[in-house]
Amino acid sequence: MQQPAQSLHNGSKISEKKLPVEPFRQTLAKHGLNLTRKETTTLQINVGLLCNQACRHCHLEAGPHSEEVMSAETVDQVVALAQRFPFEILDITGGAPEMNPNLVDMIERLSGISPRVMLRSNLTALANGERDCLVEVCKERRVVIVASFPSLNEAQAESQRGRGVFQESVNVMKKLNSLGYGQPDSGLELNLVSNPTGAFLPSSQDQLEKRFCHVLKNKWGIVFNNLFSFANVPLGRFRRWLEQSGNLERYLQKLATSFNPCAIEGLMCRSLVSVSWDGYVFDCDFNQAAGLYTGGKKTHISDLKELPEPGEPIAVSHHCYTCTAGAGFT
Amino acid sequence: MDSYYHPQDLPKFEEIGEGAPELAKKFFDYYGAVFAEGELTAREKALIALAVAHTVQCPYCIDAYTQDCLEKGSNINEMTEAIHVATAIRGGSSLVHGVQMRNIAKKISL
Repeated sequence: MQQPAQSLHNGSKISEKKLPVEPFRQTLAKHGLNLTRKETTTLQINVGLLCNQACRHCHLEAGPHSEEVMSAETVDQVVALAQRFPFEILDITGGAPEMNPNLVDMIERLSGISPRVMLRSNLTALANGERDCLVEVCKERRVVIVASFPSLNEAQAESQRGRGVFQESVNVMKKLNSLGYGQPDSGLELNLVSNPTGAFLPSSQDQLEKRFCHVLKNKWGIVFNNLFSFANVPLGRFRRWLEQSGNLERYLQKLATSFNPCAIEGLMCRSLVSVSWDGYVFDCDFNQAAGLYTGGKKTHISDLKELPEPGEPIAVSHHCYTCTAGAGFT
Repeated sequence: MDSYYHPQDLPKFEEIGEGAPELAKKFFDYYGAVFAEGELTAREKALIALAVAHTVQCPYCIDAYTQDCLEKGSNINEMTEAIHVATAIRGGSSLVHGVQMRNIAKKISL
């Protein structure tokens, strides 16, 4: 991705007040809407910000030098939380979750608790046979793999995720296919996630899924179950790039002008509890990056007596325009 | 005014309707219908629009349809090929007129 020679903001931090869009809560009010919690059905667990990649769109600034990794003690507390409340979905994310040494143990314990366990993977962390044991456990426990694969174009994919990532990702998808993942009637689900490779909105999910399906099958014989397209969130490393490249204002305006009031109903933050690597509770992974705690209060899972009640307000900020742009982020 | 073209003018396009609202409405309705999914996909139409934008050399259109192509899932290679199609037709349209040159030259030459 090319960067304009001259930055509008010279990389300086823009305060929320100076942003060129109205506060998210004000937009909600204009439409007569409130963003409140529904019944909680999903527990999302961020097992750490350590990652073998340093993707330029990462809202958490995960990377190879991060020391923020969920400890065995916090894993125990997460398992206890999952046992305490009837979550329908347990969603493991990172960083590259594969780099947490407690992951296999965690999956083995969680898969007995909830009917659906999902593991978000950048694919390359599963490359070169280094984590074959993990893949076998995922297969055995029917863990859904949700893999990042932003673009069918190698140069664009690597501009987002780093050199060599494209071919390695293709190789890992082939391997997952060979184990049954993504194959019809195997019961082993392989879903792809495509984020735009820059400061623009994602394609229509249906259209993109058809296209990925066609190209991946024809070029590499790869199959998958579903594709999800999500806009990039203007936080963390991606926000810094937006600032440095002079794209921040225009991107925020694009997100805000694409506000879709109908997207509010299905937003994931309404039914999800997101736990950070150190065990604190947020309404979503993006609020983790923004430091916005559930209910405006820093609560550790070991102190969590009840899940957030339906009707309780969700902490919002400008980044929430990402999930309400167009079809929305559900 | 230091330039005739400003990116921030692009979103003002609809304001053109303040002068002749009925004509603008007809135009924008038509425009919307043209770019809707049809026998051609919206992605294919955006690629055609990008190529035409380069032929008419409209900076607003190039800006708008570069973003639109990316948002509809096209990649840089496909977008570059689309521009080559426009370029080939544009160049070809000059070259094919060489037939006229040859006809005239032949007529007046010994």
